[in-house]
Amino acid sequence: MNIGIIVFPGSNCDRDCAHVISEVMGQKAHLIWHQDTSLKGMDALILPGGFSYGDYLRTGSIARFSPIMEAVIDFAGRGGLVLGICNGFQILLEAGLLSGAMLRNKNLSFICEDIYVRVVNSDTPFTTQCQSGQVLKLPIAHADGNYYTDPLTLSTLQANAQIVFRYCDKNGNPIISSNPNGSIDNIAGIRNAQGNVLGLMPHPERCAEVILSNQDGRLIFESMLSSIIGKTLLPV
Amino acid sequence: MKAKIYITLKDGIHDPQGQAVQQSLHTLGFEAVQDVRMGKFLEVDLQDMEKESAEATIKKMCQKLLANTVIEDFQYELFDS
Repeated sequence: MNIGIIVFPGSNCDRDCAHVISEVMGQKAHLIWHQDTSLKGMDALILPGGFSYGDYLRTGSIARFSPIMEAVIDFAGRGGLVLGICNGFQILLEAGLLSGAMLRNKNLSFICEDIYVRVVNSDTPFTTQCQSGQVLKLPIAHADGNYYTDPLTLSTLQANAQIVFRYCDKNGNPIISSNPNGSIDNIAGIRNAQGNVLGLMPHPERCAEVILSNQDGRLIFESMLSSIIGKTLLPV
Repeated sequence: MKAKIYITLKDGIHDPQGQAVQQSLHTLGFEAVQDVRMGKFLEVDLQDMEKESAEATIKKMCQKLLANTVIEDFQYELFDS
């Protein structure tokens, strides 16, 4: 399978993602520069973490207008799987492919630590290999992960099972003290209404192989790859 | 023509930066401070044009890029330079 990883100026998890896709998952990883305009031949896309455009103005706000983004939006519109990790999630929000926005972390700190998330919805192309309610240990590394949306959009996300991951304690309880950044409803990851676009703040690519002593992140890549099989995109 | 653009968090959106500044002002003895909200200020030089089209241009750039209207409001002033 061909997985496109979009590289923006300031992306810094692009090679980690490429490593997981090629070395761990045995698929073809294609690093695609943000100035490119074609995604031809790609089976799925990853928008990696980092600090695109130095986080100037707002996280993701400038990257969202990179030339490749038109093709990304078109790809998502045709049903292609798009995974946004950390800064990639922020870019998807700014692009309007996911709803809501990111605020500065409640404690104003850049938080770099392992946290727990509960798989709230295991019926998405990115979580098929997880059990519903499963607790994953994943690392976060961000200053702007305080997800916010207005009450109406939040109730839509809840009603449509678009909340995919919630910050929780070790036992899977999504309590306030297990919320690292102040995000509304303990949201760590959401999907779009169609289900083919997922954004999450934690970094699954940093915990997807034995040598890192944590393979929880691997489940997300395994899910995504297994969901691609047999999937055809809508015509251009 | 010059535009001064102010981008602020919408009412009710939690502003941890403003809160931290407020706390610091209190620590320094500025007890009269009741609330602080932090935002962004941009100065944009525009080529000369009619005021109305300048306003339309500024609004469009705020909605498209400069402000995220999910969480932010914007205001602007125009000056002849």
